[in-house]
Amino acid sequence: MMLVIYIIAVIVLAPLVGGLLTGIDRVITARMQGRKGPSVLQPFYDVLKLFQKESIEVNTMHRFFVYISLIFVIFTTVIMLLGGDILLAFFALTLGSIFFVLGGYASNSPYSTVGSERELLQMMAFEPMILLTAIGLYYGDKSFFIKDIIAARVPSIVYLPGVFLGLIYILTFKLRKSPFDLSMSHHGHQEIVQGITTEYSGKDLAIIQITHWYETIIALTLVYLFFAFNSPVSHLIAILACIIAYLLEIVIDNAFARVKWQHALKSTWVITGVLASVNLIILSFFR
Amino acid sequence: MNTISILVLFPLLASIAVFLVRKDAVRNIIVRVCAFTTGILTLFVVCRYFKDGISLSFANRNTIDMIIAFVEVLIAAYIILIGIKNKKYIVSIFAAVQTTLILWFEFTQKHGIDVQSDIVFDRLSAVMVLIVGCIGSLILIYTVGYMKWYHVHHEEYKERKSFFFSEIFLFLFAMFGLVLSNNLLWMYFCWELTSLCSYLLIGYTKTPEAVNNSFRALAINLGGGLAFASAIVFIGMNFKTLELSVLTVLKPELMVLIPVFLLCIAALTKSAQMPFSSWLLGAMVAPTPSSALLHSATMVKAGVYLLIRLAPLLAGTSVGKVITLLGAVTFFVNSIIAISKSDAKKILAYSTISNLGLIVACAGIGSQESLWAAILLLIFHSISKSLLFLTAGSVEHQIGSRNVEDMDILMQVSRRLSGYMIVGIAGMFLAPFGMLISKWVAMKAFIDSNNILTVIILGYGSATTLFYWTKWMGKLVSNANRKDHIKHTFHIDEEIPIFIHAVLVVLSCFTFPLISEYVLVPYLSGLFGPGVSMPLGISDVNIMLIMLSMLLILPISFIPIYKSDRRRIVPVYMAGENTGDNESFYGALHAKRKVKLHNWYMESFFGVKKLAFWSNVLSIVIILVGVLLLIGGITK
Amino acid sequence: MNFSKKSPWILHYDGSSCNGCDIEVLACLTPLYDVERFGVINTGNPKHADILLITGSINEQNKSVVKQLYEQMANPKVVVAVGICAATGGIFSECYNVLGGVDRIIPVDVYVPGCAARPEAIIDGVVKALGILEERQKFARKKA
Repeated sequence: MMLVIYIIAVIVLAPLVGGLLTGIDRVITARMQGRKGPSVLQPFYDVLKLFQKESIEVNTMHRFFVYISLIFVIFTTVIMLLGGDILLAFFALTLGSIFFVLGGYASNSPYSTVGSERELLQMMAFEPMILLTAIGLYYGDKSFFIKDIIAARVPSIVYLPGVFLGLIYILTFKLRKSPFDLSMSHHGHQEIVQGITTEYSGKDLAIIQITHWYETIIALTLVYLFFAFNSPVSHLIAILACIIAYLLEIVIDNAFARVKWQHALKSTWVITGVLASVNLIILSFFR
Repeated sequence: MNTISILVLFPLLASIAVFLVRKDAVRNIIVRVCAFTTGILTLFVVCRYFKDGISLSFANRNTIDMIIAFVEVLIAAYIILIGIKNKKYIVSIFAAVQTTLILWFEFTQKHGIDVQSDIVFDRLSAVMVLIVGCIGSLILIYTVGYMKWYHVHHEEYKERKSFFFSEIFLFLFAMFGLVLSNNLLWMYFCWELTSLCSYLLIGYTKTPEAVNNSFRALAINLGGGLAFASAIVFIGMNFKTLELSVLTVLKPELMVLIPVFLLCIAALTKSAQMPFSSWLLGAMVAPTPSSALLHSATMVKAGVYLLIRLAPLLAGTSVGKVITLLGAVTFFVNSIIAISKSDAKKILAYSTISNLGLIVACAGIGSQESLWAAILLLIFHSISKSLLFLTAGSVEHQIGSRNVEDMDILMQVSRRLSGYMIVGIAGMFLAPFGMLISKWVAMKAFIDSNNILTVIILGYGSATTLFYWTKWMGKLVSNANRKDHIKHTFHIDEEIPIFIHAVLVVLSCFTFPLISEYVLVPYLSGLFGPGVSMPLGISDVNIMLIMLSMLLILPISFIPIYKSDRRRIVPVYMAGENTGDNESFYGALHAKRKVKLHNWYMESFFGVKKLAFWSNVLSIVIILVGVLLLIGGITK
Repeated sequence: MNFSKKSPWILHYDGSSCNGCDIEVLACLTPLYDVERFGVINTGNPKHADILLITGSINEQNKSVVKQLYEQMANPKVVVAVGICAATGGIFSECYNVLGGVDRIIPVDVYVPGCAARPEAIIDGVVKALGILEERQKFARKKA
């Protein structure tokens, strides 16, 4: 019974927090550009408006993928926040992302298709690092379960600094921020029109936004895992770390121009490869 | 006569029978009946001996040995002749050397070597027999439908259907023999026979390209055969045994590791691992069913099967480490190269090599977790890959091309076929499906055995795998409506095997805990003693099964929503210049221009030219390191 | 609750014009005017937009484009014609290929005068359009 309440709480609260973070992001971005910016609740207004609008489509197939994608992303969030297996969570997340990509293909629109290709490229760029993060955490705590990782005696950041830096690097992909927002950008940005989301409107687009909120929470949970350990204070520190990481991403978003895909792929593979491999290889000597 | 002998010999009889019948209709019936019988026999044998296993010893072993030696000489003579005729002398040399070696051993050294059991049927053989028998017979049924069409569309090739079917049956015979033999000499004979069958099937069309590729396949496989023969001689002379089961329980010392290394080389050639992988790519010129049978589902599995058998000798040794590294490199490089390919069969070939690399890496580690993963990978890969090959063949019927770029119309041509193909692709890399489960455990095994380099390679390799499969899947769902395709009916002969395959893919994912419980754990307990358990936690398995059910239920649950929620359909966004049919737009001077959507192949990053040479060099270096380690006497 | 007023997303299209109004539209996004305060986003994609903001007049070349973009927008939607060219064809109205204002091919809800229209006027026009959008939303929901 507790479990059910807990699951419902996660499903309801995660997008609320995620949406709020997006709103804060928009305000801070505006302030950095010398503007006042919208209300903090703006993302919620947007989504609610989209729900009230007509949903048009280009064929009868492509909306289906978005909903499945959302379901698997929610599934991932639940697994992660309930302390489940981190690798399994990644697999579910990948499944969700792949459905989203397929949605782009299914519309058979030029902009969506290019967006899908780019999204796939991005996944190819950052996916190894996510796996290596899980592996690093497993190395330290001998368990893939998040509940064990956050109950360890030392915080993971102590022996995984390289992996953590690599994770921060790819967080930009996950949060869809410049310089790596090649496939679809958010807020007022435009790239290949709107990338994968070009052909979606109304409810479907709202679902995509909500999916993104969940994904934001998932991305920040990864940061959280590096700082939390069995002392209660550490959880506050971990939340603080998440906030700092998010602020850092906003700064990066505003400070960098979008890069070409070649650069995105190369730099990510080289940087994450070096950081994570060196870290893990050193770690393996101490085992 | 034992049922197992019947199972092995039946395809041989079928092969001869099919070869003699020239009338199409009659032969098709014979093929169907024989394929069906083979399938039933397989199931019967597996059910009968599954629980306790069996090992057979033949009283008339010497007679059988003589027959085998005689046939070997015939085969060698044939290969030497065709080698000379086609000026491929390397083939002749390989055949001459290894047959002489084996004959010399047979007649001068073999006396006094006693063989306890010639045939051993345990859980691992059961798995292999099931794969060979069931998938083999399904592919045969498919072939009947496929070949009908094949010669209609390819009138330039000479029709040799009876030869083709007879080769496939012969191959099944060799394959059954190979996985059931415990007697290395018998195994070697079957090993050579599979090489020969693959040569004949690749060269079926007799085009210069096919002939060339078939000789390359033969040369590489005979090279492996030579290594196999040398290993047999070495084992026979030093340990006075010819039994695989005796070999695998020896202590992994230097003297044991030398023949093991030779056997591994033989296995690597058969499983098309780098640097021996080029033959499998060339083999794709063959008609699709033979690709499905030989080059994905069964023959290439013979190599990894041998490696899994040898795994106890590989665990923790230098040879094991070399093999693991080689497998990992093969996995990574080939999954990268697959990105740059658009020919469906080429993609399948590269992906086969890459997945076999993963199995090889698992076998090289030889821990219980990694073997669990290896065997599961073997099962899932066989089913999914064979499904993909068969669908690729049928797609070629339907749209007249096997280029992935042209498959965007498949949804309009045949919804069912593209559905089967999507199931196959999903089976290869997506989360709740088998390949990913085993990859997951493989990863865990690599970490637990502290093979961090392999883990990192696996991480990057998985990401590239995801790229090329997803973009293929993307083409399948992309719903384009071009009108320039050839309409073709989907033969029932083709659809039934494909449908059964698709069901098997899904079913095997649902039942993998059972496979683990009744096949893997008992087999591994035999190797590692009691205390072997499934490497995945029960909660994870449950979540996996929930995900799989969701994938099955969700699409169906959308149907009522579609029915009730009709929406306005508007043209695709093309900056307002869409002509309205979603296929073209108004360009300069208001001219209609076609929209062409291509996938990314990124030749400049992932092209063959860029990668193949250096990765082959790298893998040769790895093998040489293995040789040097053995010469230096380093076994750990 | 009706949220269309709180998050108007705009698609900006420029027909035959001197680009003066065009630049003024973009000026609205700058820190000085900052229309994002009101949740306005320049989407560049008809499928996401609520308001079609057209500057410049309609000619033979772009009439089908404007029609298609309008068709590709999800209901409820409003059209704002910015500047005199979009309203009547303005200085270009006598040209051989110009049809005239936007209302020749699609229904226009708000006309913003000026040559070029000032940013304040444009914002005013958008705010007015929001009222119409809200009405349409109510109407659409009553119908449904």
